[in-house]
Amino acid sequence: MRPVYIAGVALTPIGEHWELSLRDLACEAALKALEKAEVERIDALYVSNMGAAPLQSQLHLGALMADALGLYGLPAMRVEAAQASGGVAVHEAHLAVASGLYDSVLVIGVEKMSDALPQEVRSALAMAEDQEYTAYTGVTDVGLCALLHRLYMERYEAEPEEVAALAAISHEHAVGCPHAQYPFRVSVERILSSPMEADPIHMLECSGIGDGAAALVLTADRGDVEIAASTVAVDHFFLTERSDPLTLEAVGTASKRAYERAGISPRDIDLVELHDSTTIIGILSLEELGFVEKGFGARYVSEGNVRRDGELPVNTFGGLKARGNPVGATGIYQVAEIALQLLGEAGRCQVEDAEVGLAENLGGVASTATITILRRH
Amino acid sequence: MSVPRYWREIKYRYRLIGELCTECGAIIFPRRSLCPHCGCRELEECKLSETGTVLSWTVIQHPPKGYEKYAPYVVALIKLDDGAQILSQVVDVEPEEMRVGLRVEATFRRVREDGSSGIIEYGYKFRPIIEEP
Ligand SMILES: [Zn+2]
Repeated sequence: MRPVYIAGVALTPIGEHWELSLRDLACEAALKALEKAEVERIDALYVSNMGAAPLQSQLHLGALMADALGLYGLPAMRVEAAQASGGVAVHEAHLAVASGLYDSVLVIGVEKMSDALPQEVRSALAMAEDQEYTAYTGVTDVGLCALLHRLYMERYEAEPEEVAALAAISHEHAVGCPHAQYPFRVSVERILSSPMEADPIHMLECSGIGDGAAALVLTADRGDVEIAASTVAVDHFFLTERSDPLTLEAVGTASKRAYERAGISPRDIDLVELHDSTTIIGILSLEELGFVEKGFGARYVSEGNVRRDGELPVNTFGGLKARGNPVGATGIYQVAEIALQLLGEAGRCQVEDAEVGLAENLGGVASTATITILRRH
Repeated sequence: MSVPRYWREIKYRYRLIGELCTECGAIIFPRRSLCPHCGCRELEECKLSETGTVLSWTVIQHPPKGYEKYAPYVVALIKLDDGAQILSQVVDVEPEEMRVGLRVEATFRRVREDGSSGIIEYGYKFRPIIEEP
């Protein structure tokens, strides 16, 4: 296996892009990334997407996007692992280059959610779960997180304010981020007085619905940012079969494997992009990633440790909550953001002297967990 | 949902039929090809307990397509008395009455309707147990 580098990254602002199609968004990000990367040629194309089948009735995204970009003849494919599609696409693309099979590959994450009605989007998101028994109950993705949220507060006596702090800090970080969907401050009080989405989860504790695309060029040519590790792990698909619903086993497994591969420990990580689809998932993730002991995640966050100038800067562009969560593209946004931080191109969101960053991208209630660790050279 | 797809699950959804692992004794629901805990492939069909206790619950305010007219509704993680866990709606209860530890029993209910011409889908839901004197 040889080292893999990130040669070019690009991302579109996340929002409701009424004037842009799925294809337009993907091309915008991909062409910019290709321009920056200055590689001789692209050997393969990976398109990460979750919802184009239910939301646009569109499959076959590999060939469709390759055609849109004038990339004829190369292997092209869609990678789908629900909300973890991005992380898994990076994993597959990285393997192809690391193995020596391809020298330079293009990864595009794209999602277009504003074309559909909210209940259609909720059904599409619920497709991450088993349709015969889990989705059949009428539970939503946020509803499943709510079951964990209540268990967490009861077991560890966490206060609602401590859990909600993650959303408030993420919003703080998005201020000044040009690609963030919600780049404004929201106080903990306002979060906790927003309507319930799925008790005890308030609407302002969930990520929203957005359109966006991000692209990466991975290459074997030596560059400034290396993929130090890219791992994927899966857990019991049914929450009801896990021995402890508050243990995101796949996150633990994938991150341990990633630390080992990168030859580092959690203490060496300078910044983190978390999969905070809801606040509780972000908090459980911090614990599972080894940054804080089990049961202390909410307190750790509310004490301000995850602020950009804190001990462990988290969601430095706003995370899923404030940067936005165009599901199939989210994992690519996270990796692009870490790369921007390590390259010193994060603008107003810049973290000082960051050398190693970690991105965590999850599918379902962490049925799939993906970890990407980037290192600056 | 197509008729065969619905019909396939009727026995399990209508009667709460799961499986017992002959190796490790785990009760498995829904049915599958091997035990998720020990990998054993010898599983025997069994009837699940129809009573249990709420481990956690939520109220779905904004439902997916097909469930709109039921909202808001309660969904709970329930530990059945035989040790199996199940996800289910809890009905005949106001959200304010929900609590962790609530005793519930299975009941047979309508789940959703597939448009005006499609099939009407049924299955299990749970409701609070009212104790006999
Ligand atoms: Zn077994």
